[in-house]
Amino acid sequence: MRELVLTLNRLLWLAPTLLGLLAITFTISHVIPADPIAFIAGDNASAEQIAALKAKFGVDKPIPVQLWNYVIGVAQGDFGVSLYTQRPIADDLVSRLPATLELAFVSILLSALVGIPLGVLAAVDRNSWLDHALRVFTVSGLAIAAFWLAILFQLLFAMEWGVTPLQGRIDGWGPDPVTGFFLIDSAWAGDWEAFRSAAHHMVLPAVTLAFPAMATVMRFTRAGVLDAINSNYVDYQNAMGVPRRVVIWRYVLRNALIGTVTQLGLIFGNLIANAVVVEAVFDWPGLGLYAVNSILQSDYNAIMGFTLIMGAVFIIANLTVDIVHGLIDPREAG
Amino acid sequence: METARFLLRKLAADRTAALGALIIVLLVVVAIAAPVLSTHPQDISEFNPPGRLQPPSAEHFFGTDRMGSDVYSRILFGARITITIAVIAIGVSVLIGVPVGLVAGYYRNWVSDALMRISDIFLAVPQIVLAIAIAQTLGPSIENVILALSATYWPFWARLVYAETRSALNETYVEASIALGASPGRIMLLHVLPNISSSLIVRTTIGMGGTILTAATLGFLGLGPPAPSPEWGRTIAESREFLPEAWWYATAPGLAIFLVVMGFNLFGDGLRDILDPRTRRSSDG
Amino acid sequence: MADLLTVADLEVGFQTDSGLARVLDRVNFHVGRGEIVGLVGESGCGKTTLARAILGVLPANSARISSGVIDFDGRNLLAEDPQDLATEVRGRLITFVPQDPFSSFNPVFTIGAQIDELMKWKSPDAEPGSGRRYPRTRRRSDRARVVELLRTVQLPDPEGILKKYPHEVSGGQRQRLMIAMALLPEPQLIIADEPTTALDVTIQAQILKLLKRLAAERRVSVLFTTHDLGTAYEICDRVTVMYAGQEVESAPSDDFFAAPRHPYTKRLLESLPSREHGISGIPGQIPALIDPPSGCRFHPRCTSVSARCAAARPDVSEAGPDHLIRCHHPVEAAREAAS
Repeated sequence: MRELVLTLNRLLWLAPTLLGLLAITFTISHVIPADPIAFIAGDNASAEQIAALKAKFGVDKPIPVQLWNYVIGVAQGDFGVSLYTQRPIADDLVSRLPATLELAFVSILLSALVGIPLGVLAAVDRNSWLDHALRVFTVSGLAIAAFWLAILFQLLFAMEWGVTPLQGRIDGWGPDPVTGFFLIDSAWAGDWEAFRSAAHHMVLPAVTLAFPAMATVMRFTRAGVLDAINSNYVDYQNAMGVPRRVVIWRYVLRNALIGTVTQLGLIFGNLIANAVVVEAVFDWPGLGLYAVNSILQSDYNAIMGFTLIMGAVFIIANLTVDIVHGLIDPREAG
Repeated sequence: METARFLLRKLAADRTAALGALIIVLLVVVAIAAPVLSTHPQDISEFNPPGRLQPPSAEHFFGTDRMGSDVYSRILFGARITITIAVIAIGVSVLIGVPVGLVAGYYRNWVSDALMRISDIFLAVPQIVLAIAIAQTLGPSIENVILALSATYWPFWARLVYAETRSALNETYVEASIALGASPGRIMLLHVLPNISSSLIVRTTIGMGGTILTAATLGFLGLGPPAPSPEWGRTIAESREFLPEAWWYATAPGLAIFLVVMGFNLFGDGLRDILDPRTRRSSDG
Repeated sequence: MADLLTVADLEVGFQTDSGLARVLDRVNFHVGRGEIVGLVGESGCGKTTLARAILGVLPANSARISSGVIDFDGRNLLAEDPQDLATEVRGRLITFVPQDPFSSFNPVFTIGAQIDELMKWKSPDAEPGSGRRYPRTRRRSDRARVVELLRTVQLPDPEGILKKYPHEVSGGQRQRLMIAMALLPEPQLIIADEPTTALDVTIQAQILKLLKRLAAERRVSVLFTTHDLGTAYEICDRVTVMYAGQEVESAPSDDFFAAPRHPYTKRLLESLPSREHGISGIPGQIPALIDPPSGCRFHPRCTSVSARCAAARPDVSEAGPDHLIRCHHPVEAAREAAS
């Protein structure tokens, strides 16, 4: 019940937080003006042409009025028109969100599937060579620039050895969009050719993103398992002769994972952030690539839309983590 | 002095932390002595198109880039940019974040609520996303990268100092000096701040690594200092069109970023174990 | 008939940063069949180490057993394979009641789930080491056994409690559960390590009474460690006192409380009214175990000390029927004998 109230409370804060985020980005981008209109109009535009363009994009009015108009627009799902693609930004964002989410989910899954067992092994065999090797791995995972790792992978696996595609999300047009997740849509349609292609393209970007996430998962799992191993309830079960492997993999792991789950929001945030550059390197048609293209075009309406949708995704992710935590930790309930 | 010696002894005993400290010292030395240590210092401003994209050799340790400049020399000069950006950005973040956190933590009124809500908004989106949005509107330059990083990183310190101040205010001796009528400024500076300085130092060290990564990412996206700056992230971006042939071009600056971030992370972890036992890595427990 | 448990000349050291701590120094100790033995001493005297050594759960990386025998029902536990001890002895023949019933339950599983796991491996009907599969018929009979026993330890609504999480029941109830779990495998010996220390004083007495009654009914031996002589008095058939890693005196309760013979024991009993402070009414400090006093480790604090005390540790001598002491200068039992 208390948990529910807290969750509702945070849900209520979603709108004001996004509004604040909007105000901050809007203010910063308008107080110190670059001049996108001049960019679009080109060098030879006359003063009248520029004035007309300014009126068209609404940048001729005072900043508070612009902000107000923008907020009203966003509230109605209108993020403005992209200066570059000339399409509604909301449409652009919605069409690219699934690619980013699919990549993020696969990476999280990958980092959990590998990171959790390794974290347990490192804790159980503390100070063994495996533990030391894994510690080097976690420290490196958090120190490598994601874009550099992406380029290294590309260099080795795609360019040198040719075992993975260099770029892109799929060969051909991809399956008919139902969820927008190519892996799910192609499997749903029974198009295994497309599924294989999508999976093949997924490997490098997913592994790149999973690398730092895995390091974090491992670090927290290891710490959680160590805490649990040193706890009285493990001592008790040991004193009662319950086999150690049962104690570790059934009891200790559950406790440790609760701690790891609370970190998933943070992990997801880092992952989404890294996705921006990783998508750029792999030409992955998601939000990150869209943002990078918008940067190149000085398209700051698109950048603001991108910032807002990232904020929303991030807040919802943290909220989900809270709810899941409440469900799996009996101490949080009731 | 006594504390400094104690710290040094502890750090020397922790091999990984000592390694981290060594890397940081190396970075500083390299940045200061770049003109002396580099083999082709003139390459930062002058180009040599005929000698472009040469593989590593005794003449060019890390090969040459698309302009025929020596990659090794450019990386040394790149260290200056990295240090400048990280130190100033973190410095500004601390200068904004610490007072905000102190004030919000000390007073319990609408001002502190408002300050914390504002920091929450900044923290509601991954730092790189906000930094991209800001840097993009400001245009590519070192100053703007610093501005973008400071604007997005200060809430971390505000949050930390806020929480630490709230708990420090519950300490008996702080309560006592409040009861004795000490002024708020005096209490914050003389009692609260020294009390929270160790966790501040730890977070700041660890924050350096993250800031350097974000700065490099901005550079990679073309939001950092413009060409022909030897900034590491930008260099990696430039190298992409010459892959896979010019592998050294992309590899060397990435390795530099990796080493430096690793140095700060290792050192920060070591400092935390010594100064902030509450959050100690469980590895020693 | 031979005693159920006999510990002979047990020597245990702990590797620490500042050297080897000699925590148990050639300790002799025994528990008879159906007997409740109190192992009494100040914290750090080695009583918990002795209890854990018998269970076979000393920390593997720091503890070292250098000599001695732990004879349990005719088998030397120290000579056996650790794996066999875990499957055949721990949780079956010897069970355990922990000091802290709050943290000894896993907080994220229901009490029922934790008892089920125990019964899966340690039910009297289970083959040793056969917990991998849990046949439905045994699960059903085990469940009936559990509910029955929870009723015996006077827990209200046993079925309801099994569905609860540990934090949802009180401390006293948790310790009743722990006692029930110690009895479920129908062991021969229960090792209870300060089982009432973490509990409220009013509940302590109830738990002690319960443990004593159930042990008598089921003819289970109990090794009961405590730092509190009052507690020992309430429950034990016999008391053994330890000081700084050495056992100093062992006697049937009546004899022990009426006529203590070791100077340390006597002083302990004299300081008894100040129960709050435990055993602190003796001048001097508990010695460091890294470099302990030679001979009798109590000699630096003893009032009847002589040169012999520092030179050699006293042998065990019989001061009465089943009354053993290790002292060169035992306290005269004249006054008590006369009365």
